[in-house]
Amino acid sequence: MKKLPRVGLLLLMVMLVLSYGSAIVAAEELIKIGIVNLPPEESGYRQANVEDMNRVFSRENGYDAKQTNTADNSEQIAAARGYIRDGVDYLLISAANASGWDDVLQSAKRAGVRVILFDREIDTDPSNYEVALLSDMYYEGELAVNWVLNNVPEPINLVLIRGQMGSAAEIGRSAAVLKAAEEGKLTIVADGTGGDTWSLEEARKVVEAAIAANKDFNVIYAQNDGMAQGAVQALEAAGISHGKDGKVKIIGFDFNRFALRNVQAGYWDADVQCNPRQAAEIEKWIRTGNIPSGIVYQEEIVLDSNTITDEDIEKYGINVDPGKGVITR
Amino acid sequence: MSKLKKHINRSSHLFLPLSVLVLLIIVNLIKGADYFRITMVNGAFYGNIPNILFGASELVILSIGMTLVTAASRGQDISIGENGAITSAIFVWYVLNAGEVTLLTILVGFFISCVAGILIGAFNGTLVSVFNVQPMVATLILFLGGRSIAFMIDGKVSPILANEISNKIGTVIPGIPIHTPIILTAVFIAIVAVVLKKTNLRLYVESVGINPSAVRLNGIDPKKIIFLTFLIMGVCSAVAGFIAVNKAGRHDSVNLLKFIMMDAILAVALGGNSLGGGKFSITGSIIGAYTIEMLNRTLLRLEVNPEAIKAFKAVFIIVLMVIASPVVRVFVRKVLDKAKTIGKASSLSTPDSRQMD
Repeated sequence: MKKLPRVGLLLLMVMLVLSYGSAIVAAEELIKIGIVNLPPEESGYRQANVEDMNRVFSRENGYDAKQTNTADNSEQIAAARGYIRDGVDYLLISAANASGWDDVLQSAKRAGVRVILFDREIDTDPSNYEVALLSDMYYEGELAVNWVLNNVPEPINLVLIRGQMGSAAEIGRSAAVLKAAEEGKLTIVADGTGGDTWSLEEARKVVEAAIAANKDFNVIYAQNDGMAQGAVQALEAAGISHGKDGKVKIIGFDFNRFALRNVQAGYWDADVQCNPRQAAEIEKWIRTGNIPSGIVYQEEIVLDSNTITDEDIEKYGINVDPGKGVITR
Repeated sequence: MSKLKKHINRSSHLFLPLSVLVLLIIVNLIKGADYFRITMVNGAFYGNIPNILFGASELVILSIGMTLVTAASRGQDISIGENGAITSAIFVWYVLNAGEVTLLTILVGFFISCVAGILIGAFNGTLVSVFNVQPMVATLILFLGGRSIAFMIDGKVSPILANEISNKIGTVIPGIPIHTPIILTAVFIAIVAVVLKKTNLRLYVESVGINPSAVRLNGIDPKKIIFLTFLIMGVCSAVAGFIAVNKAGRHDSVNLLKFIMMDAILAVALGGNSLGGGKFSITGSIIGAYTIEMLNRTLLRLEVNPEAIKAFKAVFIIVLMVIASPVVRVFVRKVLDKAKTIGKASSLSTPDSRQMD
């Protein structure tokens, strides 16, 4: 029985602390944001994306943001429901799976929570969300192919190394190449894939097979930086020159800083951006209250050995910077 | 004569992997007769065979460990790729924080990563041997969580290993005409061969896999043997991770050695080993591992459409396994025997051929 007053005291203290905390929050009038995202260990892209979200939607900037990181679609949906119950103002979603979101999006709508999709689209009625801010994979492919058409001497014989078959990035980044090949602007001499893991080793094997089959090629179009790296390793082992002054031109995707340093050093030739930093744009929309509707594509760029600068690498790159002049073989 | 027969019987477990390998070589030679051509590029051997030896190095090392684990514990370790990712993350962490990169730092880093591999092996091994958790369930823990751990060790990025020594380990040392990963694999195989020759490891592992109770009655603790195989597996993971990360030149915790346990288990099976434990053949598993690498490259050589490449691989494996299975082997032997007796019978009836004998 002696314990009872103590427990009561403890409860009182907890309540005091809690009410004090919420009083501060109320005083500052933070905008409540729930972010449903994929886990940072998924890729360098996601790591940059998650960090960017945390940096932009900070308390200093006037936001009370919580982020859930999971690659499980049902866990994501459960997290979204939790945020809706918590009464967030905005729900930001990068979905693990494009389907299964109808119910939760509708309940968000009923609760007056405004939904913004980033990076990944959801198969649902466009009225179920405000806006989706995405990377246009088709546009990225076009950027790369235009670079190839303008910078590689004719005849262009290309080795295509695709990512995970059927993924949005693979479909978009392949489309422009396949179209150019159909129009006779270039020839695809080898068509391979790095598999589900966009694997460096698999990409290397694709190029080794092309070399073993005596294929004559002067461009490698690898749909991410790791696969471009594997492809170059195959060229190195076979003694085939590449890069700025070499025979085979190398183009990769994703703007990893090691890849950009390789481009800068002329070890590779070009790299196409896939921008993980959507937070600033979304923050601007929320702050100004001027939220567009439908699908908005981010502006993305291609950098090559002639145009790249240290500032580009610092500003647009993702992942660690090996340092100027360091080549990642 | 009886000696020869004995020899054939003893190596009959290699019938499966070797016949599969021969079939693949035939397919490759049909596609182009220059399959075995080897040239010198930048002072190193280059060609299809060196490429296969180079590409399969990690898989070969892992399938050795997998063979032992399978034989003793009657189950498989599915966390080997993740373990390799963790140990190589520790290796990279050490090398990048040890100041100037010298051969010594690389060696110390390698040693530390091996210790980490042993600790991981001890974790899995404890779950399996002490707590009697099924190997696949016990190793599921690190399979699911391992890459997150590696990602944390990496400091949430993909650290770059851009130093000369790593590059030489991943490619070729000037003056030596063979790629370094191939040499490391050969050394590893040699060490395993010596250990199996000089110790009772094979006897203990096989008997634990066949009948643990009988082993216990003979005064050997089967738990210790199972635990030991997981420790060896841990070292194998560390060595494979070391080779993989030096090949790649940077530590990609997400993709390094991903899904390699599938190929390692397949290598064990292709090697003619029972996945239910017991007698094992490491030679078979090694041949199996090289066979898988050759199969992957054969599909590329045949220019299989990238959409269909996985389905083709599956079909190939099924066909190879069926062709080389004991059922077909017995059937073929019967047919051959029949043909022989018919041939003999006919030769008996013709006096000319008898004279020929």
